[in-house]
Formats: sequence, C-alpha cells, structure tokens
Amino acid sequence: MTESQNSDAFVAFERVQKSYDGETLVVKDLNLSMPKGEFLTMLGPSGSGKTTCLMMLAGFETATHGKILLNGVSINNIPPHKRGIGMVFQNYALFPHMTVAENLSFPLEVRKLGKSEREEKVRRALDMVQMGDFGNRRPAQLSGGQQQRVALARALVFEPELVLMDEPLGALDKQLREHMQFEITNLAHQLGITTVYVTHDQTEALTMSDRVAVFDDGRIQQIAAPDVLYESPENSFVAQFIGENNTLEGTIKEIKGDLAVVELDDGELIDAKPVNVSQPGERTTISIRPERVEVDVKKLGDKAHTLKAEVAEFIYMGDVFRTRLKVAGKDDFIIKTRNSADQRRLQPGEQIEIGWLPEDCRALDAV
Amino acid sequence: MSDGTTDPKTVDAPKADDPRDQAKAADNVDKDGRMLSADGTPLKRSLARALRVQKMRALMLIAPLLIFVLVTFIAPIVDMLFRSVENQIVSNTLPRTVASLSDWDASQDGAPGEEVFENFYYDLFIAAEAKEHTRLGSRLNYEQTGLSSLFRGSGRSVDDVGEEQIDALEDLNEAWEDEAFWYELMTGGENSAPTAEPLDIQRGMLERLTGDNFSGDVGFLPGSAITRVLPRTVNQYAAFALFTVFADEDVVAEEEPWEAVKVALIQELQAGADLSEYDGPGAEELRAAQEMLADQPQIAFKDAFIEMDEDWGENANWRTIQTYSPELTEGYFLNAIDMQKGIDGAEPRPENQQIYIMLFQRTLFMSLVICGSCILLGYPVAYLLSNLPMRTANLLMILVLLPFWTSLLVRTSAWKVMLQQQGVINDVLVWLGLVDDFGRLVMINNQFGTIVAMTHILLPFMILPMYSVMSTIPPSYVRAARSLGATQWTAFWRVYFPQSVPGIGAGSILVFILAIGYYITPEIVGGTTGTFISNRIAYHISSSLNWGLAAALGTILLAAVLILYWAYDRIVGIDNVKLG
Amino acid sequence: MKLTTTLLASTAVAVSTAGAVTAQDMANSMTLVSWGGAYQNSQVKAYAEPYKEMNPDLEIVWDESSNEAVAKLRAMDEAGNVTWDVVDVVAADALRLCDEGLAMEIDPEEMLAEAPDGTSAEDDFGDMLVGDCFIPQIVYSTTFGYRTDMVPEGVEPPSEICDVFDLETYPGKRALEKRPINNMEWALLCDGVAKDEVYDVLATEEGQQQALDKLATIKDDVIWWSDGADTPQLLADGEVFMGSTYNGRLFSVIEEQGQPVAMMWDAQVFDLDGWIIPANLPEDRLARALDFIYFATDTQRLADQAKYISYGPARESSAPMVGQHADLGIDMAPHMPTDPENSKNTFLYNYEFWADYRDDIDAKFQSWLAG
Repeated sequence: MTESQNSDAFVAFERVQKSYDGETLVVKDLNLSMPKGEFLTMLGPSGSGKTTCLMMLAGFETATHGKILLNGVSINNIPPHKRGIGMVFQNYALFPHMTVAENLSFPLEVRKLGKSEREEKVRRALDMVQMGDFGNRRPAQLSGGQQQRVALARALVFEPELVLMDEPLGALDKQLREHMQFEITNLAHQLGITTVYVTHDQTEALTMSDRVAVFDDGRIQQIAAPDVLYESPENSFVAQFIGENNTLEGTIKEIKGDLAVVELDDGELIDAKPVNVSQPGERTTISIRPERVEVDVKKLGDKAHTLKAEVAEFIYMGDVFRTRLKVAGKDDFIIKTRNSADQRRLQPGEQIEIGWLPEDCRALDAV
Repeated sequence: MSDGTTDPKTVDAPKADDPRDQAKAADNVDKDGRMLSADGTPLKRSLARALRVQKMRALMLIAPLLIFVLVTFIAPIVDMLFRSVENQIVSNTLPRTVASLSDWDASQDGAPGEEVFENFYYDLFIAAEAKEHTRLGSRLNYEQTGLSSLFRGSGRSVDDVGEEQIDALEDLNEAWEDEAFWYELMTGGENSAPTAEPLDIQRGMLERLTGDNFSGDVGFLPGSAITRVLPRTVNQYAAFALFTVFADEDVVAEEEPWEAVKVALIQELQAGADLSEYDGPGAEELRAAQEMLADQPQIAFKDAFIEMDEDWGENANWRTIQTYSPELTEGYFLNAIDMQKGIDGAEPRPENQQIYIMLFQRTLFMSLVICGSCILLGYPVAYLLSNLPMRTANLLMILVLLPFWTSLLVRTSAWKVMLQQQGVINDVLVWLGLVDDFGRLVMINNQFGTIVAMTHILLPFMILPMYSVMSTIPPSYVRAARSLGATQWTAFWRVYFPQSVPGIGAGSILVFILAIGYYITPEIVGGTTGTFISNRIAYHISSSLNWGLAAALGTILLAAVLILYWAYDRIVGIDNVKLG
Repeated sequence: MKLTTTLLASTAVAVSTAGAVTAQDMANSMTLVSWGGAYQNSQVKAYAEPYKEMNPDLEIVWDESSNEAVAKLRAMDEAGNVTWDVVDVVAADALRLCDEGLAMEIDPEEMLAEAPDGTSAEDDFGDMLVGDCFIPQIVYSTTFGYRTDMVPEGVEPPSEICDVFDLETYPGKRALEKRPINNMEWALLCDGVAKDEVYDVLATEEGQQQALDKLATIKDDVIWWSDGADTPQLLADGEVFMGSTYNGRLFSVIEEQGQPVAMMWDAQVFDLDGWIIPANLPEDRLARALDFIYFATDTQRLADQAKYISYGPARESSAPMVGQHADLGIDMAPHMPTDPENSKNTFLYNYEFWADYRDDIDAKFQSWLAG
C-alpha cells in the first residue's frame, strides 16, 4: 500500500529501506506521512520493522535508502540531539544517578536554559503528570507507573513537536496500563503534539490512536483509523492480527459486483464480500468476526447465510459467553454472545444453526 | 491502642506499612504492646526461632569454607602479624639475667655488676647446651651490631668460666669427676626424702627455653637434705638431668655433670654453706672441698666474661638486652617507621638508615600512578568491548586475558627486552633517528619501568570489572540523553560515565591492592628507585630472617590498605563498587 | 661441651662409615635441595647418579629452593615437619642455619671421608669448614666480567678491580649486586684501604660512609642486580660494560655461549657453597643423609663436579684431579677461581664480620641506594 507524497505532512517517510547486514531488508520500501497533531501507532509483531522505523526517525539508525522528512526538511543527516524529538523508551531510561528533577532538567541544561526557567519548566512538567512531590527522589525509589510518568514528563519538558514512544507501557500491569493509555492520549491531544507510538498490543493501538499502521515483514500492511482497521481489514494478516477472527478456507466460484460466491473446502457455497480477491478459481480465506455470528438466525432476516454447527465448548467470561463450535469440518470457530437475560447457555454436543450477514463476511487473500 | 506506630513501646515491633497488616496485628498484641503469634508466643521470639534454623543451615553450608579459610589463611596471618610484637626469646633464654637486669640503671657507664654476670653465666650455659644462644644472638643483632658473634663466641667458651677452681676441686678428689658419686650426692642416698621442686622449676625453664616437652620420668629425684644445704647446685644438677634425659636421651647417673653444676657447688661452698647438719652421702668430700676452697679465689664472672670478649664490658650491649627483655615489644614497629628504642623511649633512627617511610610513601604513590594509568588505558578498551557484538567482544576479551596465560616472570622479562637501553624500543627510536645512539633512553631499572610493566600486568584486573559494569548499562541511556538534546560528549560524560564509575571503583580497588603488595615485578625492573615496601618485606622474610620486622611492615601495609578502603567507602561508598 | 662431643660421637658411631650400617636402616627416599640450573645439573651428574647406581632402590627428589633455604627451613622447623634431608647452601646461610639451631652440627673426622693419601677430612678441607654445621663442596668466586668490544680504542682492557671505579678510562654501565657485601670491600680497596684492614675499616661508621661515598662516584652508572643470571644477560645484551657475578656464570657466557666477554679475576671474592643436614632428622633419614654426604664429598666426587661447572673443589686433595669439561673438552683448571694464575689477588668473604654487620650495613646501604 502506498501513499502519495504529501508536502503538508509533518513527518514523512519516502521509500525508506533499511538493512543491517546488506542481505535482507528489515524495512522494505516504506512510505508514510503524518499530519501535525496526529497520534499514530505502529503496530506489529516483533521483527516486523516497526521499532527500526522509530529508531530511524529518532536518528539512532540511519536509513539505508530513502528520505525521512520532518516538517518538510530531510533529517537523514541530522544527528539525534539536533532533531528536537522527544522520546519515551521501553524501560523509561531514566538516568539512575540523577533525581527526578535532574532527569527533567537535563534536556533543558543541554539547551542552556537559565536556572529559574529550568526549575519552572520542570515543575510544570511534573505537575502535568501529577508527580510534583517526587522531584527529589531517585528513579529507583519510584514505582513502575511513576517512572513512566517521569519518562513522559522528561520527553515533553523541552516542548518537542514530535514525541516518539517505544512500547512505553509494556512493563506495567493491566490496570495501570489502561489508565496510562488514557492519560497519554489525553496529554498528547491537550498539548497538540504529534505522536508516534510503537506497540505490539492491538488493544492499546486501537484505543489510543488516530491512525494505526499495521506492520508485518518490513511493510505497512494497512494504515487506517482503528474502526476501519477492525471492521474492514484489507488482508488476512490484518484481519488475523487485529481482534478475534474466524476463518474458513475456500475457492472463489464467481464474483458479482460486491458479492462473491465461495465454495468452502467441504463443498458448501457461501456469499462473501470480496476485498482483495479478483477472479474465480482463486483460493481465499473467509473472515468473520465472532461477534457478528448470530445464533438466533431469525433475527438476521432473509439475506443471512446459515450454517449447521455443533457446540464443542462453552466458556463463561462474565460479560460475554464464548462458544467454540465445529463448523464446516473445523473445530476452532468461535462465537461471542452477550450475557443478556434472554441469552441461552449452549451445551456441548448440541446441534445448532448459526448465521451472518454477507457484508460481515469478507473474502480475503489465502494465507 | 489504636495506632501501633505512635506507641513508643511498639517502635521495635515490625513496622506495618500496610493498614491491613496493622488491623490484623492489633488482634494479637499482648498487654505490653508486643506482637504475638497465633499460639500466643511473642512474635519476635517465634520469628527468631524460625530464623535460627535458617541461620544454622546457612552456617552449616559455609562451614567447610569458613574452617578452611580460618585454618589456612586467617590463622597463619594472625600468627605472622603477632610476631611483630612478640619478643619472648630474650626472657625465655636469659630468665635470670632479665630479672636481675631490671634493677640496673643503664644510664651509668659500663656494664652491670657481678650479680647480673653471675645469672648470665647460668643462663648462657644452659642456652649454649640447648644451642639457643645463637638464636638469641641473631635476634639481638638486629638491634645492636656485633651481638651475634658475641653470643656465638661466648657460647663456645662459657664452660671455661671457673676452670681454675674446678681443676682445684677435681685435683682434691677424683670423686668430683665421677658421675656415680655426683648422682648419689644429689639424690641423697637410699633413705633420703626426695623433693621434686628443683626438677619442676628447671623443667619449666627448659621448656620455655627450647619449646620442647621435658615431662616424663627423669630417673632422678633430688634429696631434700642436700637441696636445703646446696639449693643452687641441686637446681643446676636438675637442669642437667632433665637435659641429659630428654634432649640427649642418655642416663643421668652415667653422665658427668656440667661445669655449671660444679661452679654452683664451688660458689655455694665458698659462700659458707652450712654443712654441720648434713650427714648424707658425700658429706666427707663436701667438707673437705669447702675447706680447700676457702683458700681459693672466688669465681669472678664479670672478669671472666670481659676476658672472653671485651664487648661484654660495653654499656650498649647490656642496654640492648635490657631494652628488649619484655615479652612484648614495640621495637619492630618503631623500626618499621624509621624509629628505634632509645634510653628515653622512641627516637628517630640515624638519617643514613631511614628507608621505610620513604618506601611506604613510594609504594602508595606508585600504586596510585599505576592505578591511574590502568584506568586511562583500560577505560576505552572496556568501553569498546562492551559496545561490540558478543562474538567480537569475546574474541577481544581473550586478547585482554592473554597475558594471564603467560608466566609473570616471562612477561616481566619481556618488558626488560623491550625497555632496556639496547632494547627494542630504543633500537627503533635510534633507527628512526629520534634518539642519538649515545643518548638512549633509560626506561628500565627505575620507576618508569616498574610503572610500565605493572600497568601492563594489572590492566586486565581493571578492564574486567569495568567491562562487566559497562555491559550492564543499556544503550538506551545514551540514546535517551541524545534524544534529549545532548551531544555525544555530554551524553557520555553526564550519563554514561557516572554509571560506569562502580566499575572504575572495583577495578581501582583490585589494581591498587594488588599493586601495593607486588614484589616480583618491582624487584626485576624496579632498579633502586622503583622498588616497593614489599621488596623489603621479602628481604626480611627470606634473607635477613628478621621476621618480626617483616611482620611489622606487613601489618602497617595491611592497616594502610584497610584505612584507604575505609576512606574510599566514606568518600565514594562501597555500594558503588560492582565486580560483576 | 663434652656432652656435645659424646652426642656427636654416638651418632657417628651409629652411622659410622658406609660399611657399618646396613641399607635397611636407611630411608629409601631422600630430598636434596639445590639451586637448579647448571649447578644442580653438575651435582646430579657427579654425585646423585653414581650414588643412585650404588643404591638402586633409593629415590632422590630434587627441590630447587636453595635461594630461600634459610627461610623455608625455619618455616618447616616451626611447623614441625622438615621434609628436606640434605640442603645445598652458601656458607653464610649455613652459618645462620647453625646459629638458629636449624642445621645439625657435624664432626668432619667422623662423618667425612679421608683424602686418598690418608689426610684427615678436617685437614683436607682446612679453612673451608666454616661454622659447626657446614660441609663444604665448592669454592666459587664473585668477580667481574667485561665486554671486550666495549673497551675504548687505544686503552688496555680493564685488569684491576679499581678499573670498575674508573669511569673516565672505561666509560659505560656497571652491574653490581644489590647488597652491600663485596661492593663495600671493593670500594674500600679502591679508596686506598689496605687489603688486610678492609674489615677493620668497614666496622666503623666512617669506614662504612667511606665505602658508600666511593660507590657514589659510579652510582649513576650502575645497574643493580639481585639474581645471578642478571649480569650474564646484561653483558650478553651489551647493556653493561662490566659486571660482577659468579665465576661459573661468566664461564658459561664466555666458553659455552661464545660472547665477547672476558674475565677480570682481580680481587675476586671467594665464597663457599656446600651441604647442611637439617637438625633433628629421624634416624633412618639421618643415616641416609650421612651416607650420601660421606660419598658425595669424597675427593673423587668433588673433582668430578668440576667437569661440569667451573667451580673449584673444596678439598685440597681434589685439585690435582680436576680434568676436562665433559662437553666442551677444554681444560677446566685454568677456569677455576682457585687456579694460581687467577688467584693472585683474592679476598675471602668474612663470614663472622657479615653475620654481625649484615643488618646494620644493609640498612645503610639500602637507604643510600634509595636516596
């Protein structure tokens, strides 16, 4: 997927490639542009090239080929300390031999700000992350969440226009992480800074970002707003990677406009929305989200496609029921139903009928 | 009690930060406010009991090593260090002399009086028999030149003292040369009531003198009658008997007694021993001898010794014996700091003999220089190593460790070949025309040589701890600093360097402590200006045998290291030292 | 001291000479302590190998610890476990070991072999019997060697001890031992003190200062050695013009390595090296040690040693029997320090003097060196 060059973009990658050993490319032909003020997340499994991209942007890695532009200016040859980009590291990288205040003061000192000005800015930054009372502590005396806040404050204290975050919440427990996700996005929007956020946690990516770039194999597989990404994945990698997903394998019989007829491997014919399949005979992966599968097929109306299924396992998860079914010869078909008053608990071994609307069923490339 | 932390009685109870813990604990508090465990025993006691088992187990685990270290390391060191004050040899070898010398006023001219010489005779006689007098001579020679040969020579001729009177005695009656007669006289015949006292006294003195065991059956018990009349003679005979049986493994009754026994007899008879009551064996002979000896001159011990060697008339020699008669002495320590024991206490040694303080200073100074050059050379290497990929770093690490695989002597000798005036470096300099052939640089047999060779030898001890500390510093710190706007230098100096200080600290302590005790390398390449205090310690251990002085020097060195370590802890903090 | 004599006599009777004691009474293992290197090798060849041939069951263990024998023996004695049987030491060390009670007193008449012509061992060894415990073996000397190619043109090669102190005629570095012994005597000799007065002068404060002052005239040009191998190496490398060392070391530099070095025998200082037996050995080991000593110090054996190293046998009767070097095939007699041609002007190390003055003068010497 390519994006045309945008001269208004605040950050832009133009045909960027990166190789460490001269034999394999870690980043393959990357093009990306971000407007000012955007919160962009780079999401992908480890080794997908997302962190390398971030490091190239920060200046710790050099691009093997291509250009990286900041505010329309190529920064390929500008050393990291002159790029003016704030950065939050995976393990915070707070300087252990300095107090919190000294940590925050550091970027101001190297910018040769006066003492009173430094103190003022440090105080403001600490207040901003509710750490005003901790200025004299050492990083080792702080909890993980507090260190995270300090790291954030330090990245923001010198008022950069661009902030990079490299899996900043990876070391926190779930509750704290969710709280910090909220705080970070809030801060970013409040201050109007442009943020590039790297994570391998899709929930984080979906909840925080304006846009998410899904990385795999050195390429951006899809870049879109979270809802688009979830609801309209453009290929089976994205479909698989984002959220939970049921897949069925088959072959395209024919394509009629925005409807494709797919013959599943057990011979059944179903309708699906063709996304990146083009001609009959092609192998395809059908993707259906678990929450779009309906047990009570009468609710769906006429257009619905129905299938027979056998209940294999019922899992109680509190707000939802998660049921594993045997469908079309596969036994890993998951459906999710809301724990509402009228929802029946299915018994293993029960024969039922399930159905979905054709537009929820997407025919993607074969894996 | 509502709040345990505000009640002073509970201050020493485990402090509960968590309010839930406090609530729980409040249920189990006795009337004094102490925490109780579930079964009602004070919590502290239960805890101590539970921990005791753990502690015992831990102790058992380290016990083998602890015992090993104590026996093979701590004990010998303590024993060696104790030698720095130990001085029992004088009072053990010359017990009677030391006692009578204590009243002598050394500030008056000349030697002490007859009494001291008389005691000295008996001490020296036994010491010479036991061959301990030369040891004492060597010991005292450290303090006063000449005493070694004085004791050695006098030991040979001590049995000539009183020769004239002994000859007269033996001329009077051959019985005085007869071992059986002597034995009977001393045991007091068949019906005498024996006494063990003289034997016990002499046994104690001999054991202190030789350090050997003299207990067991002597085959001789002094008669109480003869002991009353001639106590000194019996005592000398008892010493002779013990020595004959245990040292020479002979039979008392079959050996002719020592001259010292006869001298004692002559002295006591001349002094008017009262024989009127005595009717035991040899009473006749004793009376005859007393009568004859009345006409003989008294034995003049002082004159005899001065005739033996005129140095016995020297005040200085006797003063040395007196000064060094206590069982503990600070003399070695005074020597170790260029002082000596004078008449009025400690005084500086003559200037042309002062060396140790200068050597201590030099040792400290050069160790610091070596430590400093190790830091300067080692830091970049360790930095490079810690920033290279693992495989390359391991390869380079082998190069760093390579010197460890060659013998220290080989490495030091290699530096000789490199640095000497006809050596590789000078040859190259001459070849390059940088140095005149007659102006070849002197780079060895001086401080420079020692510093170069020791820096090279100790460098790995600096690099290894530095490397292990540096490799734990994540690169993200420097990156963070860079992203915050720091130049490479600022990032290094403000962020990286402070975190590598523990490595420098550990390396410095290692190198400094190793350097301060080094002796082979300075010995080989140090010449005269590059030697350390340890070279003198080695000299006193293996050449001069002055182990007391060596121990004193070693103790001072140990104390200096401990003080420096303490100072380091105070200034830098020992928490700031990481060995790995 | 009759007792001592009886003691010695009784021991000697028990041991007697080789014939009287049967091999069963002697230990089957013996630890010999020596200096290592060529010197120990000469002892192996001349003494140990023939002795082993006579006693095939015997195991001989060599320990190269002679240079610290005194300290080690003292430590062993304190630990109550002396593992050495016969120890090779220089005479000064033997004297100290004797003083410390660490070496056994010997009776040459009883324990050592007579000369072939019936001369008693005591007479055959003569003055070499230093102290009561020392069994002499060889005479070595500390003397100077110089590099022949460094003698300035038109100048006679150095031939007198005082040439060492003459920096104008013979410029270049000197190697001297890092201790006062020998150096102080040479300095006084070259400062106008008559040979027979050297030790009297050296016994005084002024004399000691005089010697140090004389040494100070060449101090800047001296490399101080502490190991016997140093001077030969310094000479071979051309680091020094002349240097003092043991004559045997110089022999190997000159004859075996063929270096351009020559001997300067003037004012060589004779010293002795020999055996001692540690005190208080168990009976069987003592018997073995005495048996070995009796064999190894007879006239023939001492003469044999000179085939392997250029040190003079300590027995007068051995001197005429000195032959040729075992490998080089050259006559050894002219290389002996005792050779009349070499010993025109010699000095005998004064053991008694140095036993007394060693600590005092050493302190001054070291202080002077460091200053």
